[in-house]
Amino acid sequence: MSDVTWKNPVIKWVDSRLPVFSMLHHSTAGYPTPKNLNYWWNFGSLALTVLVIMILTGIFLVMNYVPHTSMAFDSVERIMRDVNYGWLIRYLHMNGASMFFIVVYIHMFRALYYGSYRAPREILWFVGLAIYLAMMATGFLGYVLPWGQMSFWGATVITNLFSAIPLIGDPIVTWLWGGYSVDNPTLNRFFSLHYLLPFVIAALVGVHLWALHVVKSSNPLGVEMKTESDSIPFHPYYTIKDLYGVGLFMIFFLAFVFWAPDFLGHPDNYIEANPMVTPPHIVPEWYYLPFYAILRAFTADAFIYQPFSLLFITPKLAGVIAMFGAIIILFFLPWLDRSKVRSAKFRPLYQGFFWIFVIDCFVLGYVGAKPAEGVLVVVGQWATLYYFAHILVFIPLLGMFEKTKPVPDSIASAVTKAAKTEEA
Amino acid sequence: MAETAANPAAESVGEDGETRRDFLLLATSAVGVVGTGLAVWPFVDSMNPSADVLALASTEVDLSAIEEGQSITVTWRGKPVFVRYRTEAEIAEAKKDDGAALIEVQKDADRVQKEQWLVMVGVCTHLGCIPLGQKATDPKGEYGGWFCPCHGSHYDTSGRIRKGPAPKNLEVPPYTFIDDATIKIG
Amino acid sequence: MRKIVLSALAALTLTAGAAQAAGNAPKPEAQDWTFNGLFGNYDEAQLKRGFQIYREVCGGCHSLRLVAYRNLEAIGFTKDEIKEIAAEYELPAGPNEDGEILEDGELRMRSAKPFDKFVPPFANEMAAKAGNGGALPPDLSLMNKSRVSGPDYVYALLTGYLEEAPEGVEIPDGMYYNKYFPGHQISMAPPLDAETVEYEDGTEPTLENHAKDIVAFMNWAAAPELEERKSLGIKVMLFLILLTAMFYALKKRIWADVH
Repeated sequence: MSDVTWKNPVIKWVDSRLPVFSMLHHSTAGYPTPKNLNYWWNFGSLALTVLVIMILTGIFLVMNYVPHTSMAFDSVERIMRDVNYGWLIRYLHMNGASMFFIVVYIHMFRALYYGSYRAPREILWFVGLAIYLAMMATGFLGYVLPWGQMSFWGATVITNLFSAIPLIGDPIVTWLWGGYSVDNPTLNRFFSLHYLLPFVIAALVGVHLWALHVVKSSNPLGVEMKTESDSIPFHPYYTIKDLYGVGLFMIFFLAFVFWAPDFLGHPDNYIEANPMVTPPHIVPEWYYLPFYAILRAFTADAFIYQPFSLLFITPKLAGVIAMFGAIIILFFLPWLDRSKVRSAKFRPLYQGFFWIFVIDCFVLGYVGAKPAEGVLVVVGQWATLYYFAHILVFIPLLGMFEKTKPVPDSIASAVTKAAKTEEA
Repeated sequence: MAETAANPAAESVGEDGETRRDFLLLATSAVGVVGTGLAVWPFVDSMNPSADVLALASTEVDLSAIEEGQSITVTWRGKPVFVRYRTEAEIAEAKKDDGAALIEVQKDADRVQKEQWLVMVGVCTHLGCIPLGQKATDPKGEYGGWFCPCHGSHYDTSGRIRKGPAPKNLEVPPYTFIDDATIKIG
Repeated sequence: MRKIVLSALAALTLTAGAAQAAGNAPKPEAQDWTFNGLFGNYDEAQLKRGFQIYREVCGGCHSLRLVAYRNLEAIGFTKDEIKEIAAEYELPAGPNEDGEILEDGELRMRSAKPFDKFVPPFANEMAAKAGNGGALPPDLSLMNKSRVSGPDYVYALLTGYLEEAPEGVEIPDGMYYNKYFPGHQISMAPPLDAETVEYEDGTEPTLENHAKDIVAFMNWAAAPELEERKSLGIKVMLFLILLTAMFYALKKRIWADVH
């Protein structure tokens, strides 16, 4: 089983009983990785780094946080003011959440661009989407805990969405709340689930890495590794490259923590939750904004709503279906994308569409941040339509009809060719 | 597995190349380890007493309201502290037993700063119950001081353990006289 | 249940209306604050002046419930001075040994100690509203962090009162016109002017200085960790830049034979 023989007797003793050292070797120094990975491949290890930081800071925050409506807000302020380095741990956790989503979004867009979700990596992609969904849930639950105005009203708006489900919607919402509105029972259970989910995420990450190690990494060319000259061992090449990436990332991350710790947040959350006063604009955290825009796009007079009205679905329910649907359709990407070519590097038309899609996501985010009025209403509807069109229509069509560029035979030949053309 | 590619760091490009690479590796590892240690410190320190806890680390007690022969109980660091204005008789009794067979040998003079003021942590040194004796109506045990009802420890007028399972005399906390009528405990 | 759903939806649609009002308030002008920037810090003398303003003016109506008297040590007061400041305020003492909370028909009170949080000017929210024509003066502990462009906004508000409302704008009795308050109608009378406070350190008493000083004090109240945060940040960044550079050099070496 192990392809290494250990000389050290202690290591030999442990490894023959539980092959931890062999496993470690098998996944690092003995693990073949394409030699041509670019820096877009650093974001997986960055995501793992952030997960560890979030769990660590989270555990220490819980040592001082009180999950009761009468004390939650004040307990967070106590952490900020009285607990040694409490402000640092809190700001690391708060900004870490944003960093987690920045890193994961880039990681996902990388997959979209290079076709990393294609066979044989479908399950890897599914597990990744599961991690993303768990992250969304974790982030939502966590944001409620400080019990600020946005915590309370964001929780109210999002839990109310479930009432859109026909017949059983209202009982479900009461069940979620543990009462007749968002209140202490809600806060307490959100706290329990917020502590639980990150460990579910950690387990999913384990499965994600396992799935990866079976099929091995893809690469910018989208051409699978075939011979030894296509690969280099993960350790030390990618361990050091990942460490360098972590260094750069930490500089970016800590710049926020130390000098702009509230920049990505919302000032209203520094006001204690008041069920009698609704803030002028209820906005979720930035990483939910595109989905918030999709949700709000479905109003009774919106053109995108009309097909739903024929099926007797209310605008609210349509919005909810579209919001969740926006993520669900991503599961089908490996079958929607039938192109003979994996990587956008050889798909010039798809490249253009990809960047338009990225812009569309930013437009959706902008629309989600602003009040739903004026020209933005129509912009939001078209941007929503475009999102679904890209995934459900353009990708399949491109796969069928695009004229792709010739794909190199192997990584090694492409790398040597690149070296040769450089010399010339 | 490609053996040449497996361990390029050790591959010698020439003595000079290898030494430089090893130094860089060593130096980077050292800086990395130092950085990790520095990063760990805030987490460890966050578990130390916080500022609001430290603010309650000392308590001032106004002695002017206490009459001779009277005791009060104050809270200090979450524990009860007995402050007693001892009578002449109690002081004499305590001094007399300085030479007696004590479970924990301690002179009365070593347990007080001003002999009429006895300040002790009101926690039995056996298993932590709060001894009786603060009120005039409380049982005071066979030595006229305090009596712990949990397992029958008897303390004398100096707070020393005289009979029963407790191993040590009642603890005297650190305190100072700010003026004649005020002490600061802790 | 339906009420809650409807009110949530109403809230969302009402945002349109409120947005209009808020949208009319101009953006506050950016001010120079000592606490801005990479090396931001607090000016101790300024914080002391700001505290004087809070004590003499704002504290009459606004609570500062997240700040404790002992925190004033960071502004430059000694432990004894803090004891004296705290002792000026009284709060309910709780039951005595006999379980009585009243003494001579009045609530038993004790003077505040350094470990107490700032004693609020009103016993509860209802009393605060009753004492202010139905409006609740908000707590100021986090004011600078709970508004967009907090310090600039608060400064603009304090200096943004107009004696007369502009043409065509009706201000009801008991309200005042303010350029920067959302909706322009504010229940708080202009709290500051050039004569508000006599400074002990000789700083010129002007509306602008008073406003600057109280805003700086409020920023300290909201973010007391600011100086430590920024100075630690410098050290951490320098260290990280060094470490990352070393990682980069090591990476280049290890990859030399692949490229």
